[in-house]
Amino acid sequence: MSEMLKVENLNVSYGAIHAVKGISFSVNAGEIITLIGANGAGKTTTMHAISGLIRSGGGITFCGQSIHGMAAHKIVKLGLAQVPEGRRVFAKMTVQENLEMGAYGRKDKAAIADDLERIFQRLPRLQERRRQLAGTLSGGEQQMLAIGRAVMAAPKMLLLDEPSMGLSPILVHEVFSYIQDINAAGVTILLVEQNAKMALSIASRAYVLETGAIAMSGDAEALAKDPQVQRVYLGG
Amino acid sequence: MSFLLQVINGLQVGSIYALVALGYNMVYGIVQLINFAHGDIIMVGAYGAYVVLVLCGLPVWVAVLASIALCVIAGVGIEKVAYSRLRNHNAPRISLLITAIGVSIFLQNLFQLIFGSAGIPFPSMFQVAPINLGGLNISFVTILTIVVTVLLMIALQLLVGKTKIGKAMRAVSEDADAAKLMGINTNSTVAFTFGLGSGLAAVGSVLYSNAYPMITPFMGSMLGLKAFVAAVLGGIGSIPGAMLGGFIMGIVESLTKGYISTQLADAVVFGILIVVLLVKPSGLLGRNATEKV
Ligand SMILES: Nc1ncnc2c1ncn2[C@@H]1O[C@H](COP(=O)(O)OP(=O)(O)OP(=O)(O)O)[C@@H](O)[C@H]1O
Ligand SMILES: [Mg+2]
Repeated sequence: MSEMLKVENLNVSYGAIHAVKGISFSVNAGEIITLIGANGAGKTTTMHAISGLIRSGGGITFCGQSIHGMAAHKIVKLGLAQVPEGRRVFAKMTVQENLEMGAYGRKDKAAIADDLERIFQRLPRLQERRRQLAGTLSGGEQQMLAIGRAVMAAPKMLLLDEPSMGLSPILVHEVFSYIQDINAAGVTILLVEQNAKMALSIASRAYVLETGAIAMSGDAEALAKDPQVQRVYLGG
Repeated sequence: MSFLLQVINGLQVGSIYALVALGYNMVYGIVQLINFAHGDIIMVGAYGAYVVLVLCGLPVWVAVLASIALCVIAGVGIEKVAYSRLRNHNAPRISLLITAIGVSIFLQNLFQLIFGSAGIPFPSMFQVAPINLGGLNISFVTILTIVVTVLLMIALQLLVGKTKIGKAMRAVSEDADAAKLMGINTNSTVAFTFGLGSGLAAVGSVLYSNAYPMITPFMGSMLGLKAFVAAVLGGIGSIPGAMLGGFIMGIVESLTKGYISTQLADAVVFGILIVVLLVKPSGLLGRNATEKV
């Protein structure tokens, strides 16, 4: 399997706070990888650094090309999209406009229309509400919209930052089954979660982030059985 | 009948306030900056039209286009040179505000240096006889100002509502980081917004200079301030708010001048602003402050 994303010795500081302390990890093409960790562990900071939203030290390589220091909008055009923490849909734009914004960097009109149609087929509730303002959707619908919007970028790889946040167990299952569908269609996934149980159940490998450093890593199934992971992250 | 004339005059000056207020509100909407140099763009546009028309002796349409081009370049240039680096380094908002005031002072002094501080008479660009509308004699510039402004507002609504760049503007003003994650180049979207606001101000500038044909390096201060009041009155950051605020300001000012007193006109206008802000701090069409998370 070829390496799609490689993060080497990544460092991020906010003033005096050293939020990410030299972490390294990699994601192979086609994989679902999860990065789990408690509040404030540095998960979102890592996602923002990869997507180019904040400055960082270290190396980030995507499909063999260095994307470290690259402008965020160019990274998206290379095929690395992100569903940010807290959904961040454009509340005052319609559902359809939100999805169209996801394809902002694409020029292939016909393929964009096809992708929109495919997303509406997969998420009929969004189709019914296509002319409604995104701010009026329920939390679950907004999360689906945020994921669909990122899929509209036709990414090779998708970063998802806590897609289960604030959702009921049924909705969490819906969201995770959508993520698995996207992966089955050939998109590599890096999933950040506090819901370690769900994340480990769909991932092949996992990294455990503790106060800015990787504390454990390995096969997701094995980590789910690890006594320490069970105690700290699985409430066992 | 004279009441109707006052209202029409109010619509004329209100149109100009609205055109300038749009620039304040679009820029505030997208980068939360009160661009104090925006008023001086009006002055730049007026001198630009004057140079092309009088000193170069070129036709009116060339002067109008040159004025618009000059203002767009100035507006985008100010954003690129003065503001964008501060913003991209997360400078505190007060630094940007002070920079804006600095740019304003710079422009006024630069034009004073080039053209002197005395006023220069501005030639009448449209020598057309007044038009008789239902017994009222209305000057051509008045009608032109109102018609051009209304057409530009319709065009602006279509641009913001329907085009790709308009949607990008709305996305960036709602959530700049999320917009970047959509593949939107926020820097060029912001530059476009500055250019658009400056272009509208240039049109306002040409129309204003035809109605009040004396240009000075400081003409942007008071006009800019009033347009800013119109922007706040309508709701800072809101495009329809700028339009509404501009027209209300113009009509109130004109009626006060006509029926109460010329000296009091500004006091009444600012008084209305204070009352509106006491009742609705976000302005007539502004979003509620509490709504902003
Ligand atoms: N903009 C910021 N300024 C200063 N400190 C920050 C900023 N953003 C994050 N931090 C700090 O960096 C650390 C890592 O934060 P981060 O948001 O990456 O954590 P997280 O793992 O995503 O947490 P959560 O699960 O709560 O989302 C925290 O200590 C946080 O307080
Ligand atoms: Mg987070």
